Amino acid sequence: MPSDYLVFALYAAVTVGLAWMLAGYMHRVFSGQRVWTTPVIAPVERAFLSAAGTGPERVQGWTGYAMAVLVFNLAGFLFLYAVLRMQGMLPGNPEGIGPISADLAFNTAVSFVTNTNWQAYSGEVQLSYLAQMVGLTVQNFVSAATGMAVAVAVIRGFVATGTGKLGNFWVDLTRSVLYVLLPLSILAAVVLIWQGVPQSLGAYVRATTLEGAQQVIAQGPAASQIAIKQLGTNGGGFFGVNSAHPLENPTILSNMIQSVYILLIPVAFCFLFGRMVGDRRQGWAIFAAMGVLFVAGLLLINAPEQAGNPLLTEATGITGPNMEGKEVRFGATLSALWAQSTTAASNGSVNAMHDSFMPLSGLVMLLNMQIGEVIFGGVGAGFYGMLLYVVLAVFLAGLMVGRTPEYLGKKIEGREVTLAVLAFLSMPVGILVFGALAATVPSALSAVQDAGPHGLSEILYAYSSATGNNGSAFAGYGAAAPFHTTLQGIAMLLGRYAIIIPMLAVAGALSVKTPAPATAGTFPTHGPLFVVLLTLTVLILGALTFFPALVLGPIAEHVSMLGGQSF
Amino acid sequence: MNDHIRPALVTLGLMVGLTGLAYPLAITGLGQALMPAQANASLITREDQIVGSALVGQAFATPGYLHPRPSAVDYDAAAAGASNLGPTSAPMLADQTARASAYAAENDTDRVPVDAVTTSASGLDPHVSPENAAAQAGRIAEARGVPVAEVRALIDAQTQAPWLGLFGEPRVNVLLVNLALDAALPQGTTGPATEG
Repeated sequence: MPSDYLVFALYAAVTVGLAWMLAGYMHRVFSGQRVWTTPVIAPVERAFLSAAGTGPERVQGWTGYAMAVLVFNLAGFLFLYAVLRMQGMLPGNPEGIGPISADLAFNTAVSFVTNTNWQAYSGEVQLSYLAQMVGLTVQNFVSAATGMAVAVAVIRGFVATGTGKLGNFWVDLTRSVLYVLLPLSILAAVVLIWQGVPQSLGAYVRATTLEGAQQVIAQGPAASQIAIKQLGTNGGGFFGVNSAHPLENPTILSNMIQSVYILLIPVAFCFLFGRMVGDRRQGWAIFAAMGVLFVAGLLLINAPEQAGNPLLTEATGITGPNMEGKEVRFGATLSALWAQSTTAASNGSVNAMHDSFMPLSGLVMLLNMQIGEVIFGGVGAGFYGMLLYVVLAVFLAGLMVGRTPEYLGKKIEGREVTLAVLAFLSMPVGILVFGALAATVPSALSAVQDAGPHGLSEILYAYSSATGNNGSAFAGYGAAAPFHTTLQGIAMLLGRYAIIIPMLAVAGALSVKTPAPATAGTFPTHGPLFVVLLTLTVLILGALTFFPALVLGPIAEHVSMLGGQSF
Repeated sequence: MNDHIRPALVTLGLMVGLTGLAYPLAITGLGQALMPAQANASLITREDQIVGSALVGQAFATPGYLHPRPSAVDYDAAAAGASNLGPTSAPMLADQTARASAYAAENDTDRVPVDAVTTSASGLDPHVSPENAAAQAGRIAEARGVPVAEVRALIDAQTQAPWLGLFGEPRVNVLLVNLALDAALPQGTTGPATEG
């Protein structure tokens, strides 16, 4: 086996093994059972919930749950916006950085509240330490916890026996942070410091190089933020170039820990689902569909990056992997692994610059985001996104055999399918409609950096990343212009809440139905046939919707490149 | 909606305190107490002067030093960045071609490694590939007036293998090589000002 495949196999084994263990822990946490951390954490949990005036006994229906999500996220947005606008007047700002503009603050606040973590700003240039801590780090935790809470609530809707109740948002949110996100972040932050990630409140360092030049080295409280940025599939880096920065990701070990953290909770949700519905095979089936898509994408990104740029070879005779926009320590293999993980998981952090990847690698990354971030996806968000496709897949299966479709014993009827399609439509609206606007309005078009088809890929990538709540970028694209900060802010809201609300509504509709026992005519949803059907549903819906745009972008670029043409 | 305002504000306030202040400050305290070198950006001091970070690349242009990869931001460690140019970008290919000719002429070689003509992701890549370092050994030895074998030995000593022999790429830390060069094979009058 070539060494890159061995690396991928070991990575997958470690990630899946840890996720399997985490799923058991999370299952006990979300069902209120005792875990080994309970003696330490339970008193804090009780204090938080009693201060908030709520508790596990106050269960909510889908409308109450959705309203709690919206009110909490609105409060978080307003607080973060205020911090960003006032950072110049606040302490924790040794570099004396001023406030950021209104449109950029709107974009950044939306971005972190929706778990997108798109960065139209550069952290070390435009943000104070305080803004990074009480602004961004807080939303890294609570936006991830919001996704986890919603996913758990949606799963409860599939399981409920006619009660109409989905749980209590405040309890699920608090437990997500206290039992899962915070302990795992502390663990990773300490290891990252050991590996060389700074954690200091001191000013930037002034060095005099051996040749006598001055070098200012940005640093700060980075490790604590990087740990949660990976774990919560947030992806917003402490530094502008994210985990490519040698202080954000200094060693191979730090890179592998961060890579595992990207997928840990999203993979765990598959197994958590199996446990919650009382049939682990159901979780494995969804894991298998996601896994097939993940491995296929990884191999498709890895091959062109290892092969390198034929235009460079033609011009200079140089051979070797595509190293433009990559770090020597990571090379093509670990950069390809990261690129696939971060776009599949709606994380959005990068350890290499996606804009400089080969055209077919860019195609895979675009599709990962455009199908709605459901190949494991964001924490929680990827799972309820995949349940959307599950509803559509069983509906299609029902059409084919002429029976009312069922999933986990519940009839999937017109209301559920309508809501799932409604949620699905947010992706084409945010990507194709907004992308078309960005490609036609003259002032917006000036954001494009590269000539030729790669320029269209840059536009598509920006709006796919925003709507998919990913946050990675083809960073040559000038997304800091007010037109784009505003339109992308709206795309991020669409990609988050226009999926959360319909999916909670689906869960609400299912929660009032009583499950019927399986009969000989029931289509089994735990076997290989269902895995194939689900995978094809994702691919066909994604391909039909976005293929024309992709032909004009990455595919046209690939064909031009093979023909020896540059732009 | 009104039932949600109190839990929203209280929960947000508590989360700001816990995850926005207590968590980063506790980690800062822990890092500063237990691992102060790493927590403060792994700085290297020579003769009481900070010469850089062991993890952050910096520019070297004089012939007696190992040269780093091209950087899109000229090794500005307060504003890192990349070219972000796509594989079919004509300006990028022109830059890469020009760098290839310059590298071949400077090091008197016709084997130009790919990392010597491409800009890194951070603009602060602290490493070059072992092939890149080896190709520069002759030039460094000539500038310092020492046998090339001594330079090669220093480079070999600073070459890191993949982690566990498998993960990541073999690499050479440019700043550490240059510090070792200055320590072992000082270069007379062209040496750094700090030695005066």
